Amino acid sequence: MARKAKQGPGEINAGSMADIAFLLLIFFLVTTTMDTDAGILRQLPPPIPKDAPKPPKVKDRDVYVVLVNRNDQLLVEGELMEISELREGTKVFLTNPMGAEDLPQKKLMTRGEVTEKIASFKAYLASEPNNSSYKNGLKKWEKKLNTINLLGEYMELPGSAVISLRNDTETSYDMYIQVQNELTRAINELRDDLSMEKFGKKYSELERSIADEKAMIIAIRQVFPQRISEAEPNVTQTP
Amino acid sequence: MSKFISTKKKGQPAISTASLPDIVFMLLFFFMVTTHMRDKDQIVQVSLPSATEITKMENKAMVDFIFVGAPLDKRYGSTPRIQLNESFASIEDIQLFKDKAKENRDEAEWPLISTSLKVDRDVNMGLVTDIKQELRRIGALKVVYSTNQGVK
Repeated sequence: MARKAKQGPGEINAGSMADIAFLLLIFFLVTTTMDTDAGILRQLPPPIPKDAPKPPKVKDRDVYVVLVNRNDQLLVEGELMEISELREGTKVFLTNPMGAEDLPQKKLMTRGEVTEKIASFKAYLASEPNNSSYKNGLKKWEKKLNTINLLGEYMELPGSAVISLRNDTETSYDMYIQVQNELTRAINELRDDLSMEKFGKKYSELERSIADEKAMIIAIRQVFPQRISEAEPNVTQTP
Repeated sequence: MSKFISTKKKGQPAISTASLPDIVFMLLFFFMVTTHMRDKDQIVQVSLPSATEITKMENKAMVDFIFVGAPLDKRYGSTPRIQLNESFASIEDIQLFKDKAKENRDEAEWPLISTSLKVDRDVNMGLVTDIKQELRRIGALKVVYSTNQGVK
């Protein structure tokens, strides 16, 4: 009698626990995927209203024309180019290291000039406090001052300097992505180099969530803006 | 003698399997954390191009997917088609698709919504440009060209 009471209820057999866990494991293996979605991020331009005024003419030297034809061949600034050369070409366009005449003329931003501009915009705003173009002007020049504070006096690309990408309807998507990738890579490498030189940290490793580093990101973007404009596609003419 | 026989019979003790469930559970949790649910079945063939300058999509809940490629089922031919929500669609359907996707989300999150274009590498740009123009028209300007990680 005493023995029976000591035994109590028998232990639950845990032998099947492994089977249950395996079942769950296999269920999750089948229903889930591991791949994280990644890709080239782009902001499309807003649609142009029909009655919008024509954009002002831009100097030829300020536009880096990249054309891709139906056979996935590249024509850059009027010359046939291999995709492997595109990155260096873009870098030369954005930096203009030799000060060439037919490339964008970079202008040195000096502290004196920028502070002068800010002072004059502040004076304008004092007389017309609600004029939005003065407000935007002030914002723009203050951004430049911040950049000078972080990076020192720098060479600025003209505001009209732009990479213009145009493709054919029969260009393959693969080629388009490669061109986009090379253009982005050129800009990212320039930004990385500048960031490494000034802050000792790569641009791609700067965190937006940290206030100091966000300011650095904005400053570097001021020097090397990512301006890729895509034209409406050519319609292939069938003879 | 009997002493020797008894030891021979015993042999090696069986390996304890008591920790097997723990091991399997550990594996299970690992997979639960690192993977996510397969959400959409594809009905078009998409082999993505590769690129190096890519951004990882952190917030998958804020992304709508548009697949473009040749139908997997050869009865539908081999011309590239657009897939929205597991069915074939045309350019005009994108607006409804995006509007519905908007309705399902909080208004505060609307500016965060982006569109991921999962386009097969062999598709012609004509179709992609049409999609882009439609997205521009309806004001869905944040776009991700989905790619694989390439080698520099």
